[in-house]
Formats: sequence, C-alpha cells, structure tokens
Amino acid sequence: MSLLALDRLSVTLQGRTILSEVSLSLAPGEILGLVGESGSGKSMTALAVMGLLPEGARVTGSVRLDGREVLGLPEAALNRLRGAEAGMIFQEPMTALNPLMSIGDQVAEVLRIHGRMGRAAALEVARERLDRVGLTAPRFPLSLYPHELSGGQRQRVAIALAIALRPKLLIADEPTTALDVTTQAEVLRLIAGLARDEGMGLMLITHDLAVVAGMADRVAVMQGGRIVETAPTEALFRAPRAPYTHDLLRAATHRPGRVSQGEYLNQEETHAVSSWQKYSKSDDAPLLTVENATRIYRLPRPSAFAPHSELRAVDGVSFTLQPGESLGLVGESGCGKSTLTGAILGLDALQGGAIRLGNHAVGPKMPRAARADVQIVFQDPYGSFNPRQRVERLVAEPFHLTGRPADWRARVAEALREVGLDPADGRRFIHEFSGGQRQRLAIARALIIRPKLIVLDEAVSALDVRVRAQVLDLLAELQARHGLAYLFISHDLSVVHAVTSRCLIMQAGRIVEDGPTEAIFTNPRHDYTRRLLAATPRIPAGWIPKEEPAS
Amino acid sequence: MARYLLIRLMSLGAALVVASGVIFLMIEVTPGDPARFMLGMNAAPETVAALSAQLGLDRPVGLRYLDWITGMLRGDFGLSYTYKVPVAELVADRLALSAPLAALALALSTLIALPAGLYAAARRGRVGDSAVMGLSQLGIAVPNFWFAMLLVLVFALHWRLFPAGGFPGWADPGAGLRVLILPAVALALPQAAILARVLRSALIEELGRDYIRTARAKGASRGRALLRHALRNALIPALTILGMQFSFLLAGAIIIENVFYLPGLGRLIFQAITQRDLIVVESVVMLLVFAVIAVTFLTDLAYAAVDPRLRRRG
Repeated sequence: MSLLALDRLSVTLQGRTILSEVSLSLAPGEILGLVGESGSGKSMTALAVMGLLPEGARVTGSVRLDGREVLGLPEAALNRLRGAEAGMIFQEPMTALNPLMSIGDQVAEVLRIHGRMGRAAALEVARERLDRVGLTAPRFPLSLYPHELSGGQRQRVAIALAIALRPKLLIADEPTTALDVTTQAEVLRLIAGLARDEGMGLMLITHDLAVVAGMADRVAVMQGGRIVETAPTEALFRAPRAPYTHDLLRAATHRPGRVSQGEYLNQEETHAVSSWQKYSKSDDAPLLTVENATRIYRLPRPSAFAPHSELRAVDGVSFTLQPGESLGLVGESGCGKSTLTGAILGLDALQGGAIRLGNHAVGPKMPRAARADVQIVFQDPYGSFNPRQRVERLVAEPFHLTGRPADWRARVAEALREVGLDPADGRRFIHEFSGGQRQRLAIARALIIRPKLIVLDEAVSALDVRVRAQVLDLLAELQARHGLAYLFISHDLSVVHAVTSRCLIMQAGRIVEDGPTEAIFTNPRHDYTRRLLAATPRIPAGWIPKEEPAS
Repeated sequence: MARYLLIRLMSLGAALVVASGVIFLMIEVTPGDPARFMLGMNAAPETVAALSAQLGLDRPVGLRYLDWITGMLRGDFGLSYTYKVPVAELVADRLALSAPLAALALALSTLIALPAGLYAAARRGRVGDSAVMGLSQLGIAVPNFWFAMLLVLVFALHWRLFPAGGFPGWADPGAGLRVLILPAVALALPQAAILARVLRSALIEELGRDYIRTARAKGASRGRALLRHALRNALIPALTILGMQFSFLLAGAIIIENVFYLPGLGRLIFQAITQRDLIVVESVVMLLVFAVIAVTFLTDLAYAAVDPRLRRRG
C-alpha cells in the first residue's frame, strides 16, 4: 500500500485554479522528485498534503496518508497529524526558525506539542535529533539561537524538527535552493540518508533537475497545476514522454550560442568554436585590470578592550578582462564576490591595489562618463526597479551619467527591441512584466548607454530554466552584435560553464584558480575547485536525449 | 550583555547631561532677569534684588549650573519661590500621586491592548477585527480630557461609583485607589487604542513569516503559533510604543490632573508655570526628562530580554 496517495486533487483559490486533478503516489522508503517551474503548483501540492493551504482555498479530490483521508479532517486532527506523521522542510532556512527561541526548544516543541513528554525529556530527544543531523553536542549546544548558525546549519535544525517524531512522510520543499553548492550537497545527502535509514517516504520538491537526477527514485513533472508526466528517474531523463519534460531537460543543459559539449552532451561537437569565445581577443589592451585589490572590513571588538579584528573580504585579487570576453567569477556566499563587484563598479573604495577600466582609475570619485563604460544587471528582477516609474524612464536611467540625448525615446525603443520586447512596452509599469521580461528590461537598461562591460551579478539565478535559457541566448546574441565584455558572477557552476570562456574561482577573498573554463571544469587544479565541482549536482552523462520526443 | 548595558548606560548619562544643559540655558540664560520675570512687571526693585541674591544670579553661569547639578545630585532642588518649601519635598508629595497614576494607566492600557490586539490579529479581516479596530480608531480620535469629563458625568455624577475628583491621600489606600481609577482610565484608553493597533499589525506581520509556517507544520495549533511564536516577536515594536507612551502619559497627566483636581506633578508644573516659579519648573522638567530617559533605558533592557540577538551582539 502506498504511504501517500493523491487522487485527482484540485485546488482553487479566489476563483483561480491552482491545482487540477493531481494524482500521485509515494511508497514507504521511496524518494519522489516533484519538479516544475515556479508557479507550477509544487508547493501547493505539498501544503495540501499538510493541510496548510492558504485560507479560502477550495479543495476537491483525495489525499490519503497511510490509508487515512486527510482532506476534510478537522483542524485538531490535522494538528495531531502535522509533525507527527508528516514533517516538512521549507526553502528559506534563514527565516524558517523562530529567531527568539533556542534551537533546542524549537526541536523539543514538536515532541511537547504532540503531548508525549515534559521539557527535560523533550530536550533530551532534541539533543539526539540534532546529533543525528550533524549538529553535535559540544559545538552546538541546545541553547544556541538561530542567528548564531549559518544557513546550512539552520536548515539542519529545520530537518531535525521535521524528523523529531520520525514521521512516515517527509516533504522537502526546495530544501537546498538557498544554500551554497557544497552545503547543498551535504544537506541533500543528509536528507536522502535519513529517508533511507528511517524508511520514510520523501517528497523532494525542486526546480533543479540535476538535484532529482542524483536522488529520486521516481520523478513527477508539474506544469500549470497539473502533473504532465511521472516516471522512474532514469527513464524520465532518457526518454521523456511529455513535450514539456523534454523542453525542461533541454533548457537545463542549454548552452547559448555554442554547440553543447563535454560530458553534458555529445563528444563530437566539443571542439566547435563558440560565438562567446570568438570575441575574446587576448592580444588587445585589457578592458578591465584588477591589480592586487584588497578590501578590509573592521569587525566589532571581540571584547571591550581587545583590538578590532578584521575581515579581508577581498584579499589581493588580480585579473584582467579583455574587450569582448566572457569571464566567469565563481564562489560561495561570503567569498567576497559582492565586495569585489562593488569595487569594480567604482561604488566602494579599495584599501589596497587598483582597478582600471580602459584608461580610467575606478573608484568612488571616477568621472561619470567613465562609469558609463560599465553597467550591471542584478539578480532580483523584482527588487531592482522603481515600481512607480514607467519602463521608458527606468530603461533611460543610465543617461544621467552621460546626459540624456534628444532622441532618448528612440534609443529606449531600440534597446527594448534589442532585448526582444515591444517598444510600446515603454509606457507600461514594471509590475506588468514577468520575471524573465524584467530581466530583459534590466539588460536593456544596462545596454542603453553602450557600455563596454556588463557585470551580470547572478543575473539568471532567479529565473526558471526555460526562461534562463532564453536570456542566456539573448546575452550571447548581444555580445556578438556589440562586442560586449561580460563579467558573469554566479554560484552556479553549470551556468558559468555554459556561458564563459575563462573563469575565476574565488574563496575567502582570494582567487584560487584562474584559467580557461573548459580546462578548469575538466581538470581542476585547486582543491577547492575540485570540491565545488564534486558538490555540483549534475545530470549523468548520456541521460539527456538529443532527438525530439516521440509525439 | 555587559557591553550592551554599558553602552545604554553611557547614552543615558549623555542624554541627561545634554537635557540638563538645555533646560538650564532656556530658563537661566535667556534674555531678561529671571528674578524680574518671576516677580512680574510691578515688583519693587528691592524685591527683585533680594530674589536675585537668593537665586544667586550675581554669580557666573558655569558655577550656577554646577551648583544646580550638584544640588540635584544631593537631593537639594532649591526652595520654591511661591510655596516657600524645598522643591524636593513638594515633588515627593506630588509624586506620591502621579507615579501610581502613571503606573496604573500604563498597566491598564497594556491590559486592554494585549487581548484586543491578539483578538484582532487572530480574527483579521473578520467582523471581530473590524469592531476592535473601529473602537481603537475612536479611542485615538477622542481627546482624553473630553473622555475624562464623560467618565465623570457617567460614573461619578450619574452612577456615583467613583469620586469626581480630589485626592484623600494614601492614609486609606482603598480610597486613594478609588480616586485614581477614573483618571487612569481616561489616560489609558487612548494609549491602549494606539498600542492595540500597533500590536495587531505587528502580530499580523509576524503571522505571515516563515517560522510560523514551520511551527504550523510541526503541529502547533493556530493559537499556539500566535501566543508562543508570533506574540514574542511582535513584542519588540509594541515595547517601543509602550516606552514612548510613558512620556505621553506624563504630558497627558497635566491635563487629566486638572480635570480631576488631583494634586499631582502635572498640576504642580501647571501652577508653577502660571505663577512663574522658575525653580520649580526647572526641577520638575528635569525630573520628567529623567523619568522619560530612565524609561527608555528600561525599554532597551526589555528589548534585550526579549531578543537574544541583542543580548549577544551588544
């Protein structure tokens, strides 16, 4: 008998259909990957199982957990079920824990809610569960508060409280999306190990196909509130039946403007010249020179009379970037990427070394006209636009560096056309655009004053795979047309691999490896690069089909 | 924690020094002879000279300031010009009424606001929420002196449940307390209305956070998520308002004490101003400033008690 069975589960919220006729099953000890793009209904499916749908949701169909119908259970019965029979882990570890409650109490609360023990006994079990998730005794006392832990450690606490009562079903909703690759690998291993050891059924929700490829027994693909395909993992990757699954797989391994190569795809095209590489002419004078850049932050004194300790956020970084080149900068959170970016944009002063862009020294006092040579596209397509201004004003923003030309409206229209939008969109407001369109607008904004260098700071990290593939294609096309140089900053090695010709690996403020991307990825020299590559989830070689799906 | 305390204490000290300087300058150094000002236009020159000598106005400003400060530190606030008694005695007398009144009002406003805010947040968007918020809107809009008069009309004159004014002293604590109830209610209601609104919106914000979802996924009921998780987090903005309300209570007391004929600090400062008793004004204002700064300090301590992030970071 299956542990969890969804039968034609449909959910509508304020007249909008969120889920329609979702049917799924999960056996004890099985790992089911639930994959889809944002808004496809993955999380809603999970919340429906937990009985935690938003107020006002109308639900039909059936959700049976361990043979018992969950839909229509009274609130008190649901409270008894949540945490005891089904545990859930959420995406954002930084906010998932109560900041005012110690981690021991938060784990112990599960045991105490379900009425099985007093505080002392519950804390004892909490200790054991925290040990189990790798937060062991002397270093991680129960009295710690969430703010004293890193993101990965907080996610471990969230896992400990989800498994505190050894539930039969564990739902993990994008449990590692907010984590660095090396942490992600550890947390995924932990979750999979727990599921196997305790014989739990695990529903793993993710947008990342590579994550399910390495973990799940079966995969269900969702689109627009429906399950479009369910199949054993390898079969799904090798022979996707639904056209949508096929699109997703293609997009996940997409290489813009160049023929796919290496272990990801077919070998014979490996030597095809990429349009990205074609423009890197290494004999020209460099466009950007970073020499021994150093940025030190003063930290608070550890005690009242001790000297300030310091954080060398950027520690003697040197590299050059040629006109027209695509350079990748890879590193995990806290490695100094953002500080370095701020310095390259001339927003932050350095404490040592120098940065030159063309003939200008880069720094907070650099002339405005020189600033026009470098533009940036940020990660968050929602937060990086003023919602009260029309798109044409937003796109024309960089003109304050050079003075707004008389034909600025025509220039805006041209920039919009270049990124594949309608010039008429200039009169609209930002909330009328999707995430992918907003990122196109951000690119149009960067492009409008014809910079020589665009810094892409995690510019495609927030986008769904298919949209990401389109935006990467657009970037390749623009680079070919305008001879732009890109500094592509990302934590996502597969994207950097796909779009850059040269790559820097940054760790703790230093560049630990610098070389052609292909060489770094096939033959990493530094130990940290090796660890990063080993931790990156990937779809096994040969799993991706080349041909169109059978209709 | 020690570091946090030390920093708060230092800023408390600095605020007191600055405040005392400003008060002293405003009253002593502004143009015109304080003695003449205190005595009025028609005073005889000899009287003015005598008062000048009594106030020590012939001495340098810096020395007078130091005298004033060191005097206050010893508990010597000077002699009231109109009452001819030491200001300290006068203030102590009045504090015996004003401090319990403020405490009672603060307690009442918290006791009203806490359940009202919790109820409204738990029922957000429904009739109960709208009713509580409508009432609180009314509580904010109605001036407290008008409300005080209404209370007197209904509870003192019509139903004769409470006295309409005057203060019998603490010889009979029951009688003393009875007198303070109506004024405390008049002071507390508008504050409770504000506090309830702040608490409600803070709670609703907290209820939307991820850790509440985590708590619910653990099996915590709505009530438990609200009381055990959201409330403590919502206390931080509520404490800020509560601390600020203390100074409004002091200001409000000036009016309310006049409405109820209560011999409190508010009435003392009101009379001192009308009688130009600058020595009393100076000391009472300084005392009020001290009270507000001390409450701010207590609020900071309360933050640290609620929020572990403040305790460790300092």
